[in-house]
Amino acid sequence: MTPTLQLFLILSSALFCIGLLAALSRRHAVFILIGIEMMLAAAGLNFIAFWRFGPQPAPPTGVMITIFAIGIAAAEAAVGLALVIAVYRHLRTTNIDEIDELKG
Amino acid sequence: MSGFLDQIFVQAKEHILAAFAAAPVWLGQLISSLINIVALLAVFLSLFALVSVLERKILARIQNRLGPNRVGPFGLLQPAADGIKMLIKEDIVPTRADKAVHFLAPILIAMTAILALGIIPYGRNMTPFAIDGGILFFFAIGSTTELSVFMAGWGSNNKFSMLGAMRAIAQMVSYELPLIITVLPVVMVVGSLLPDTIVAAQGGYSLGFIPHWFVLTPWGATGFMLFFVAALVESNRTPFDVPEGESEIVAGHMTEYSGFKYAIFFLGEYLGMFAVSGLAVTLFLGGWHAPLPFLEFVPSWLWFFAKLGAMIFVFIWVRGTLPRTRVDQVMNFAWKFMLPMAFACILAAAVWHYAGRRFVSWLLSLGVVLLVYFALSRFLGAGKKFAPRSYRFAE
Amino acid sequence: MNGAAFIFIAIFTLAAALAAAALGKLIHAALSFAAASVGVAAFYFLLGAEFVGLVQVFVYVGAVAVLIVFTILLTRRDLEKDHGFNWSGVFIALAVFAGLVWAILKSAKLSSAAQPLASLTVKQIGEALMTDYVWPLQCIGVILTAALVGALVLVMEERR
Repeated sequence: MTPTLQLFLILSSALFCIGLLAALSRRHAVFILIGIEMMLAAAGLNFIAFWRFGPQPAPPTGVMITIFAIGIAAAEAAVGLALVIAVYRHLRTTNIDEIDELKG
Repeated sequence: MSGFLDQIFVQAKEHILAAFAAAPVWLGQLISSLINIVALLAVFLSLFALVSVLERKILARIQNRLGPNRVGPFGLLQPAADGIKMLIKEDIVPTRADKAVHFLAPILIAMTAILALGIIPYGRNMTPFAIDGGILFFFAIGSTTELSVFMAGWGSNNKFSMLGAMRAIAQMVSYELPLIITVLPVVMVVGSLLPDTIVAAQGGYSLGFIPHWFVLTPWGATGFMLFFVAALVESNRTPFDVPEGESEIVAGHMTEYSGFKYAIFFLGEYLGMFAVSGLAVTLFLGGWHAPLPFLEFVPSWLWFFAKLGAMIFVFIWVRGTLPRTRVDQVMNFAWKFMLPMAFACILAAAVWHYAGRRFVSWLLSLGVVLLVYFALSRFLGAGKKFAPRSYRFAE
Repeated sequence: MNGAAFIFIAIFTLAAALAAAALGKLIHAALSFAAASVGVAAFYFLLGAEFVGLVQVFVYVGAVAVLIVFTILLTRRDLEKDHGFNWSGVFIALAVFAGLVWAILKSAKLSSAAQPLASLTVKQIGEALMTDYVWPLQCIGVILTAALVGALVLVMEERR
């Protein structure tokens, strides 16, 4: 059974929805960041699947976009986690239900 | 004759594969990979056993005593005794430890070390797995070691283990940057990430007897020294064995491991040492090339293992000679000295390449490296003001 | 492309991702996330983009997972309390998944098999990065520097 493009897209949407599940249903801030990172990884998989199943020889556009997306995911993870640490130092909690005031 | 000896292992593998010529393609590929893996494991596990006893004997000689000399001739069967001892020890797991994480950590450390050994060219046509981005594969695998060290520290539910794991990760992450940036000039000059191409670019001789190894260029020599120091740190060897500091935090992240799991940690550390030495030989020391043209009758894999052995000897020598550095000295050294020197290496390699790779360009790139070195040594120590030393009892 | 390899890697990745989303203990979830990233990298290898697979392992497992683990360590006093699971998130995720699968299955042109891959070497990627994509490369350098400085400023202890 050779996998078709549809199968890859269904797989990456499944991964995306699992990331969405983690981001929406957990209350710990770090879990939400894990979910966001998983969504970014699933989107990258989508790009590469479309690049591979397009006409060959293809320009490396899909690969380039994914490389830059991975770089941006790393930058965003760094800043997001720094924010979580800063909020924890201030409010002593990582439960997002309790981080509900703008005034420090 | 020399050609036959050189390719003897490749011919042996072809011979075995010919017996399966009638099998489907995927079975042939699977058998080929399995032969590579089994050969790799056999060679490096026996090398591990040999080096573990040789290290103890060499350290002992440096410290003016004999090493293990009871088991077998000159103590060379000591690894067998060690292995039996490790296997029959009781496997103690702390009650409140995280069982899954505690179990997986040593496996992952050994696994990443063995994976990293797969892309190194051991001789002419003797690379187990030739991946196009081989050098990147090596560093990607090496960066997962940090996660495994953390798992070891966390899974033990022990504050000393956690502290050792944090120190180990801080050290490893800091020195990964100089390690990778030092490799960049080599990749730049060769133009490829495939280790086979890098070794092939170091063949040939100038003036009839000077090999084209990268360690004989100024940026290559500096890069080799920086790579060597970073490799010492990545394998947690003295003088950078703060994570395992035996007199400070017992065994750091390996404290709660007993018996065979400790042996696996040991194995992972030594295989990591072999992998990074193998990479240094490939990148800087010319891989499996002979140093002089008339020595080319010696098989290529013999040259590779001779160079590997020399590097491991220097690792052991440094361990027996230098004291342990403090953890803040380790960090300072990485970020303030090694990183700028690594960037200077890239600059020097670019100068060497664009000035035409002649003797003049050799001198120019040497000038660049020396300029940065003297600037750093002048201005880095400028901020520290030490009080005049006073001796209380030694008057 | 091997169907057996696809199924095996798919099961591994989805199981690891589900574990990352559903496990109670945070460290286990973070390590399952690292395993899921390795699974996605295996997919990149299967699809013929080996360089991207290696970058994925390097960045996600070597950097992002380590960052997540360090953050868990630094916010540790919260670990004993279980923050609870919000079940409405499951329904939303399932609804989104159903919508996406319906959209994928409805598009007719997506079910063709792959044409044989023209190899994409690292050299070609390097050349593309330096010619067509040199501006995005510089921009991402600036973004990473800004993220580095920003993260440091956020986490630095304030001197009084």
